[in-house]
Amino acid sequence: MIKKDVVIIGGGAAGLAAAVSCREKGIEDILIIERESALGGILKQCIHDGFGLIKFQHSYTGPEYAHKYVDQVEKQKIPYFLDSMVIDITNQKVLTVVNKSGLKKYKAKSIILAMGCRERTRGAIGIPGSRPAGIYTAGVAQNLINIHNYMIGKEVVILGSGDIGLIMARRLILEGATVKMVLELLPYGSGLPRNFNQCLFDYDIPLYLNHTVVNIRGDQRVESITMAKVDARGEAIPSTCKDVSCDTLMLSVGLIPENELTKMAGIKLDPLTGGALVDEYGQTTVNGIFACGNVLQVHDIVDNVSLEAEYVACGVEKYLSSFLKPKNDICIELGEGLQYVLPQRMQFLDDTVFSLRVSKPGQKKKLVFKNDKSIIKQKTFLRVNPAEMIRIKLTTQELSGTNGLKVDLES
Amino acid sequence: MRSQDRKFDIIIIGAGVIGCSIARELSRFKVRVAVLEKESDVGWGASCRGSGVIHAGFNNQPGTLMARYCVKGNQSFHKIAEELNIPYKKIGKLVVAKKSNEIPALEKLKKQGKINGVENLKIVGESEIRNMEPNLQGIAALYSPETAITSPFLYTIALAENSLQNSVQFFLNTQVKKITKNNKSQFYLLAHDNQFEASYIINCTGVCSDQIAGMAGIPHYRIYPCRGEYYVLDKNAASLMNHLIYPVPHPKEGGLGIHLTPTVDGNILIGPSNEYIEKQEDYAVTMEVLRKLCLEAQQFLPAISPKYFIKNYAGIRSKQTPPSQGGYHDYIIEESPEVPNMINLIGIESPGLTAAQPIAEKVVSIIDKKEKLVHNQDFDPYRKGILRFAEQDEETQRRLIQEDSDYGEVICRCEQITKKEILQAMDNPLGARSLISIKYRARAMMGRCQGGYCLTRIMELLREKYNYKWDDFLLRGAESYMLTGNRSNGESDL
Repeated sequence: MIKKDVVIIGGGAAGLAAAVSCREKGIEDILIIERESALGGILKQCIHDGFGLIKFQHSYTGPEYAHKYVDQVEKQKIPYFLDSMVIDITNQKVLTVVNKSGLKKYKAKSIILAMGCRERTRGAIGIPGSRPAGIYTAGVAQNLINIHNYMIGKEVVILGSGDIGLIMARRLILEGATVKMVLELLPYGSGLPRNFNQCLFDYDIPLYLNHTVVNIRGDQRVESITMAKVDARGEAIPSTCKDVSCDTLMLSVGLIPENELTKMAGIKLDPLTGGALVDEYGQTTVNGIFACGNVLQVHDIVDNVSLEAEYVACGVEKYLSSFLKPKNDICIELGEGLQYVLPQRMQFLDDTVFSLRVSKPGQKKKLVFKNDKSIIKQKTFLRVNPAEMIRIKLTTQELSGTNGLKVDLES
Repeated sequence: MRSQDRKFDIIIIGAGVIGCSIARELSRFKVRVAVLEKESDVGWGASCRGSGVIHAGFNNQPGTLMARYCVKGNQSFHKIAEELNIPYKKIGKLVVAKKSNEIPALEKLKKQGKINGVENLKIVGESEIRNMEPNLQGIAALYSPETAITSPFLYTIALAENSLQNSVQFFLNTQVKKITKNNKSQFYLLAHDNQFEASYIINCTGVCSDQIAGMAGIPHYRIYPCRGEYYVLDKNAASLMNHLIYPVPHPKEGGLGIHLTPTVDGNILIGPSNEYIEKQEDYAVTMEVLRKLCLEAQQFLPAISPKYFIKNYAGIRSKQTPPSQGGYHDYIIEESPEVPNMINLIGIESPGLTAAQPIAEKVVSIIDKKEKLVHNQDFDPYRKGILRFAEQDEETQRRLIQEDSDYGEVICRCEQITKKEILQAMDNPLGARSLISIKYRARAMMGRCQGGYCLTRIMELLREKYNYKWDDFLLRGAESYMLTGNRSNGESDL
């Protein structure tokens, strides 16, 4: 069994930032385990720009953003394994890693989970119809086009208005395909407003809100889909069914934090985020195992992933130097109008960045943090959007004496 | 290929589990056998689209071929599973009564099973059910410990591969269009623009068997396609149940009712539904049925929820009974009086997977009676499957990677399938290399992300290993192209 101070599972945006931050804090014995043949994670295939505006006040492409960190990893000589898969993990922080050189066991003092997320598929949402070629999730399409130089179709209908779907709509147009439409089940878009403008409206791609796909036709390759309007419960209205010919259906219907290893380690998950239950340092319900990035909660902006990873690195440093002894265990109560709030519990009442998403778009909303007695912080928003994660910091002073916390979105 | 190379003693039309079983049984004898299959791989019809259950045989009318062959097939399946190196798990089945008025039906099934020769059937009460299946809702059940599961696609593939080892020839993408017979009673089959010749032909084309019989001049068979839709559940749901869970069957329905089936890989299947359809091979799933599947499964296991769904599919039963009648008609396995030397297998629906081996033996006996077949001394009943890395203990895993570093590269994350296994699947003896063929053999892309992670990696392996160009990548059949061009080469001419 090989001993390590910190093992980071995943060398994408979260894992890289966590590694660099850990090293900055003086942690020497770090190992990043990456399953692909290069560091960078999903950023490698995100060749559009818009990354780094918060963190670096500069708009980088995905690969450029990743390389800001990869360069640091190289410069700091932080060890990493490529083409290596963690196939088992225990709550004693023993990891089984498989790669070409063999199967090895690691005993880590601390583990950072940074495995990212996966895409929701056709099977998961149960779109009826036949099962021909030409049905892709947006991320797979992005990989095939941007990494492998293949084209996936000529006439594309996109279901779901998540950010990757919107980015890929533009990408497909630029590569000569026709993007017939984007259908969105909800009455509002799922992606960031800037992506609707830059990727759909600038290219005259029609967006149909309150619409979905109710049938797929084609024996060998997609030949057409049937679109339909949905009612307030999201059920298709039969009289509104309309066939649309296309050879490709691309899905951008949500991302799911990839927590298989997390479950293996016996860590409790939050059904609202799909990620681990964590305290303000991203520490899970197993002491010494931390989580950050999309494995914890699906982010819309990579800069926030990096920032989250920096917080986790603080936690790891404290944990390794035995400063992270749980004190309080305060549950954060989720109030009205919110999908979720992170962290779900607080231990130390240190300065904490809360991240949360609202349930639906709205205007003139007030975000209120209350303890059992009074309001400890509030912030007013001119508009709120579920697509945009809200991050808000509460200081130790603001949190002091708190023994219960509730977060509400008020009108 | 010279025309001599397409001359055989026996041609089997259809490479489903029945066709492949017959091929393997015939390869025990010194005969030249070919299998013609219209799809790009074996088992793509009903064979790979069922529940994968090795039935015990209590559901079928005593005295029928269905009952006899099912019981026989069940009792001998362990042997064939061992020979062919395929998964086989005797997990047992519960037919569950939810209301007291369903209990007499359980007794009836038990009695029927006893007549058929099914062993160890037992009625269990509510408390026993609770012990066996803590999440299950039911007041009484028929427990059948002999009921087992296998992988229907690996079974069919293994039969084909073992036949191939024993000199049977397979012609994929070869749809029979025309059947004629000359005065010396030789059959001529036009398929894929080639003429094949044989002394015997065997029609085991499932849902198309009436058509093929019609081509040869036998007009009176009739198949009514009856679709069954399924959901596949995430392995995370596996702990919800341990046995096969069935409702009490309704005699008017031509199926066993929507049931819950654990698979050998640890998923759960919900289905199949039971809808007669117009089009012979319409494998689409429908919104109405998918909804029904979920609701009916929840009647037994309330813990089942859409969050577990990873995939859906449909299979088609070859029913001889029309929609107005429902129920079952016994298998027809006969040499037709109108066209001697043509053997037709009609209406081989469930329990066809279980009964495949006895059915094959029956077909061979029909030919043997007439031709006195000579044993093939070189027949080898053993076939090796692909070793699953994820199913090995740690020591074996260590050793495997040392012996071949391709075992150290996990390509399919959800199912932990290594590069070695995927390369073996690509290099299969039948030469079937569509993505679905690889999926069925290696299990890659069958997990919860449905290829989201490994699809592009598998395509890359195909490019590296077989020099695939963009237009070589197929999902399933010859027209199921994955890509429409190479970005760097500009527009394609597809």
